[in-house]
Amino acid sequence: MFAFVVNRMLQAIGVMLVVALVAFVISTYVGDPINNMVGQEATHEDRAQLRKDLGLDDPAPVQFGRFVADALQGNFGISYQMKRPVSRLIVERLPATLELVFVAAVIALALGVIGGVYTGLRRNAVSSRAIMTISLVGVSLPTFVIGILLIYLFAVLPKGCIHGFYLFGQLLFTCAELAAISLPSFGRGDTVDIGSWQSGLFTADGWRHLILPGITLSLFNLTLILRLVRSEMMEVLRTDYIKFARARGLTNRAVHFGHALKNTLVPVITIAGIQIGTLIAFSTITETVFQWPGMGLLFIQSVQFADVPIMTAYLVVAALIFVVINFTVDVLYAAIDPRLRADRAATGRA
Amino acid sequence: MNRWILTTALALALAAGAPAALAKNKLVWSSQGDALTADPHAQNEGPTNTFNLTVHEPLVSRNRDMKLEPALALSWKTINPTTWEFKLRQGVAFHDGTKFTADDVVFSFQRAQLPTSDHRNSLDTIAEVKKVDDFTVHFVTKAPNPILPNQITQISVMSKAWAEKHKVEKPQDYKNKEETYAVRNAMGTGPFKIVRRDPGIETILERNAAWWGWKTAQGGGNVDELVYKPIKNNATRMAALLSGEIDFVLDPPVQDLDRVKRDPKLKVLEIAQDRSIFLGMDQGRAELRNSDVKGKNPFADKRVRQAFNLALDRDTIKRVVMRGLSAPAGIITAPAINGHSKDLDTPPKANVDAAKKLLADAGYAKGFTVKLDCPNDRYNNDEQICQAVVGMLGKIGVKVQLDAQSKTLHFPKIQKRETDFYLLGWGVPTFDSHYVFNFLFQSKGSWNATGYKNEKLDQLTTDMAGEIDLPKRNGLIAAAWKQAKDDVVYLPLHHQVIAWAMAKKVDMPILMNDQPQFRYAKVAPAPAAKKTN
Repeated sequence: MFAFVVNRMLQAIGVMLVVALVAFVISTYVGDPINNMVGQEATHEDRAQLRKDLGLDDPAPVQFGRFVADALQGNFGISYQMKRPVSRLIVERLPATLELVFVAAVIALALGVIGGVYTGLRRNAVSSRAIMTISLVGVSLPTFVIGILLIYLFAVLPKGCIHGFYLFGQLLFTCAELAAISLPSFGRGDTVDIGSWQSGLFTADGWRHLILPGITLSLFNLTLILRLVRSEMMEVLRTDYIKFARARGLTNRAVHFGHALKNTLVPVITIAGIQIGTLIAFSTITETVFQWPGMGLLFIQSVQFADVPIMTAYLVVAALIFVVINFTVDVLYAAIDPRLRADRAATGRA
Repeated sequence: MNRWILTTALALALAAGAPAALAKNKLVWSSQGDALTADPHAQNEGPTNTFNLTVHEPLVSRNRDMKLEPALALSWKTINPTTWEFKLRQGVAFHDGTKFTADDVVFSFQRAQLPTSDHRNSLDTIAEVKKVDDFTVHFVTKAPNPILPNQITQISVMSKAWAEKHKVEKPQDYKNKEETYAVRNAMGTGPFKIVRRDPGIETILERNAAWWGWKTAQGGGNVDELVYKPIKNNATRMAALLSGEIDFVLDPPVQDLDRVKRDPKLKVLEIAQDRSIFLGMDQGRAELRNSDVKGKNPFADKRVRQAFNLALDRDTIKRVVMRGLSAPAGIITAPAINGHSKDLDTPPKANVDAAKKLLADAGYAKGFTVKLDCPNDRYNNDEQICQAVVGMLGKIGVKVQLDAQSKTLHFPKIQKRETDFYLLGWGVPTFDSHYVFNFLFQSKGSWNATGYKNEKLDQLTTDMAGEIDLPKRNGLIAAAWKQAKDDVVYLPLHHQVIAWAMAKKVDMPILMNDQPQFRYAKVAPAPAAKKTN
């Protein structure tokens, strides 16, 4: 087990170094940040001086070495655009992304598992087929289209009401009621400061702001988990031990939830873990659409500005998140599943 | 930890049940990019200047018609060719109550001239700023400068005492690893003061009731709370306006204006801006970098440049690409700029046959290929304008290869002289033609990538900078424009027309320099306070 852990750690360090190198190389091709940092009246000499001050004239290996040495101390430099330390910027923006991902993950997991179990158990019912078809929407529509659509349906339309909302000639909601239940289209709303963590989970306004972006971000994973659980469920229900459990006379509930579901969930957890890493690192599009002040939005803004310190720091942090999650999942797997451990011992030298 | 969170939640629930505060006149507005810093001298950039000039004030500002008006300076005049005297307004206080005096002016201008200030290039004619008495300041210039007041309208006056107390006597230096106190905090004399600044998320300003200008023609606004929330995504920003979450959008995309106009609760204001969009051609090189013409440079021949000028159909661009929001141009400076005249600004009528004939005369009857560099995220519909230009030049036989990139990649090409043919836009914050000649026509102008070198024009530019006899100076400017137009240095396309979208309950004039002045803004009073839940 120890050798396994050490092995994984070395691999992790190797991955981090490669990512840092790639981030660094890319940053030399993104364009000239100097132009964005000075006004249009600055002279050639000013720009050359600024370039020298920032160390942009040094050879690439020197700049990379400096970058790695600083990064190991948690110092990612100072943002060209905002002139604030990058590490502090990332720490400020991380809570927003993590809360959004938390809500999206909960929605995806809860609805995905419930939906998957339901459609797995009642394979041919009309409702199941309907759910499967609608879930296709989650994977086929791009995230920004879903986001804009939800904004239009829940933020713009209700407020544009003139006569009230009628269905089959009956007045269901007055305009005032619609406006009251409409949802906000951007931002985090009122947040509470808990130390340096700005949280939107403790105010009603914060929760209202979390709904639309949370749904948008969760849709893809929801569909993924739903289909995964469904197919795993159908697979597990065909196995021998389920047949024996039924033969023994166990109730449906005991069979489905006591035995089948537990075995279904193992691969789902692996996938969900990786997907959460993806959500954290790549919530960029949802954050841009909903102006959610998280790391993804910070990253997009830094690309447009050629703010190299933020870009490289973000890529390194994203890689770190993935590496940590995958490392945890691997170790957990080996800890949970004795077969993995036994195999390694068996194939080891001796 | 758990108990702490619980108490916080409980406290919040109770607070939410309390009755609403006194109804305040609130204006919430949005645009794409937030101010970069609250330090007024660190960055010379549009949104940053807009923000800083709401919290601070300059000595001289511009009114609704872009004419100079007194702000912190009551009057100004030259007492000798190289000295301007400014008499300052009395009885003005900073937001913390300290009195405004000449010391603050001297400090601010010296600070704005430091190497780490991004405004120092506008002030490079100033040799010294001297205090004469508490309310009089002398600006000594290196050479006679007739337009000094025009050049200082974006320079904010900071509180010297406050800057010294918080150790921000210098604007942020990039070499420092820490941010200075001035990046997120400010002390000015302006109509609004900072309550909370969360860069990129939200900035809340509140009314400075002690401001001198509220009851004058330079004020008149009734806004108590000014909230700014940047929204990068165009669709989301417009959705927020349509849903009433935002009252005013500074930069609505052109294609959404019809939708806004149709909404009964919203309105659109339009005005011609001081920014002109034009094409530049490298006529200085012996051979173009990306063309099939070898051994010579087609742009060096004036007939080729004239042919291009005639091939551009500015009216069609206005109608199709800009949806009516542009003013076709004959020179690269807009109507409100000193030196502009209607005659000069009349564009030639598009004439494909005449253009082809000129090309043939120059020896390019079969046309040639050339590469056009274009930004895609800076000016209104910049990439679409370039695509239209490609089509129009194709009609006269010139095959254009379009390279549209982010401004971060495009502008360095111009400054490093690495482009044959490019699109550029230029705003004139001083509202005087010298600014245009200095950067775009002078042979060593930092944004002149045309390789155009005309000693007569260089001399005119230097002369107009120092000529204090105004009629004589305007004569020099007119001569310079005539020379520039005759030589077909640039191909003017149009002057931008900007549009602001806002709720009908907001009453605020639209301004040519795209800098909203919230001191004029009036919002319809909020409904009577009621209990919230």
